[in-house]
Amino acid sequence: MTQLPTTTTRKLGLVIDLDTCVGCHACVISCKGWNTENYGAPLADEDAYGANPVGSFLNRVHSFEVTPADDAPPSLVHFPKSCLHCDNAPCVTVCPTGASYKRVEDGIVLVNESACIGCGLCAWACPYGARELDPREKVMKKCTLCVDRIYNENLPEEDRVPACVRTCPAGARHFGDLGDSESAVSQLVAQRGGFDLMPEMGTQPVNKYLPPRPKDQLQETDILAPFLAPVTDTSQGFLGWLDRALSALPGAKE
Amino acid sequence: MHPAPSIIVFTTLSGLGFGLMAFLGLGLPGSTGWVALAFYVIAYALACGGLVASAFHLGHPERALRAFSQWRSSWLSREAWLAVLTLLVVGIFAAGRVFWGQLWQPLGWLGAALALATVYSTSMIYASLAAIPRWHGPLTPLHFLSLSLAGGALLAGQVGAALPLLALAAGVQLVVWMQGDGALARSGTTMASATGLQGGAVRAFEPPHTGTNYLLREMVHIVGRKHAARLRVLTLILGFGLPMVLLVLPFNHWLGLLAVLTHVLGIFASRWLFFAQAEHVVGLYYGKR
Repeated sequence: MTQLPTTTTRKLGLVIDLDTCVGCHACVISCKGWNTENYGAPLADEDAYGANPVGSFLNRVHSFEVTPADDAPPSLVHFPKSCLHCDNAPCVTVCPTGASYKRVEDGIVLVNESACIGCGLCAWACPYGARELDPREKVMKKCTLCVDRIYNENLPEEDRVPACVRTCPAGARHFGDLGDSESAVSQLVAQRGGFDLMPEMGTQPVNKYLPPRPKDQLQETDILAPFLAPVTDTSQGFLGWLDRALSALPGAKE
Repeated sequence: MHPAPSIIVFTTLSGLGFGLMAFLGLGLPGSTGWVALAFYVIAYALACGGLVASAFHLGHPERALRAFSQWRSSWLSREAWLAVLTLLVVGIFAAGRVFWGQLWQPLGWLGAALALATVYSTSMIYASLAAIPRWHGPLTPLHFLSLSLAGGALLAGQVGAALPLLALAAGVQLVVWMQGDGALARSGTTMASATGLQGGAVRAFEPPHTGTNYLLREMVHIVGRKHAARLRVLTLILGFGLPMVLLVLPFNHWLGLLAVLTHVLGIFASRWLFFAQAEHVVGLYYGKR
């Protein structure tokens, strides 16, 4: 059913720390790996070893440059982006077949691939580009929040988190219940001023992003500078003679 | 957005077909028998041809029947229902006109209303998408309905109605372009709001992948905008100007046919631009529009 639930019992989602992310793309690869080998249609690549490789991914890392208005140096921010499991998910309500749905029990937005007609309308409706039509299976692919890991009792307990979170070497990705204000992720969002992407779209994303911390600025207090001031502006010795001789020639600049 | 030929053909032809059905449902023209049959065959060919064309862009057309299930929330599902209902109701009305010379006018009115509701639901598929500011708003249904009515009047041979309706559709088209060109800027969605990064100017430094991907091909289709200015002029001349001139000339079936053909060509150009010039906000993540 593609009507959205009015509330969900839990709001499972990710908190992504833009201060900590080093842009290594390990989350992209672990996501592609897990979601190709496990639940749903594999994430296909086309022309993988040719001149124009394309493929479906559920998580991609952009990089942005932020140039401050003052003279401070620009900073580079690595920006992982995947489905934000919005409370008011526009991708769900546009689906004509009911293949797209949001779960009442944990708020995860999923696609029932056997009911998907591959019309692509949900990908158009998503402002974040979180959905990609698989080039081989022709069904819509999106982040499942590794629903086949987080409840999987065959996995050791530490592995029962999304593959991207498990693999992140920098600890920039956090998984938890954002509907519970006492949870570790909610506390993190409160402490660090976590924010929504495109809040003006009214999608009410569950996933939050933590802003990069302000960068340290080197103060221009060089105590040795006065002692290192140039002793003379004019050259000495042979170069000094050459300079004076050339300056004496007609046409030389004053 | 990617101007997929199947979608352009579908929305243009079915819009014309349902526009013609609306006029036929109103009893215009009041023909019966073979002449009526010819009108209804044209209307059904356009409407059904468009619907069949739309199936070509589906990844799994064999599951298309499932698209009838979510009419509570999805305009695409509502369009499917309204299209089928229109074809059924107008079909019964048409049978009366063609085989028995009967005029079941209430049924005709219902068919006309359903035909226009179908066009409205098609337009709402696009107008409901906030992620594409150029489409998001009441102008999109107005644009589709005015085109459908003008084309329908033209096909139904209603010269008196076609002239003002073509002028109206041309006016709406101009407003759609003028409003649309600033829609993304007015939407308030920028690279800064998309990334939430503050404290300076944000610039896309490096994309996530070296090649292209589904998102860029489908939603950041910049190459389709190359001849936008020329296509706009062609739309105005072929879609509205020439048909109006041809209608003013003394009536002749060949001139009428020529008016319909140039109108359809013009609307193809307009529909190409409708898709190609629509900027999806996901482009902001790539530093593109």
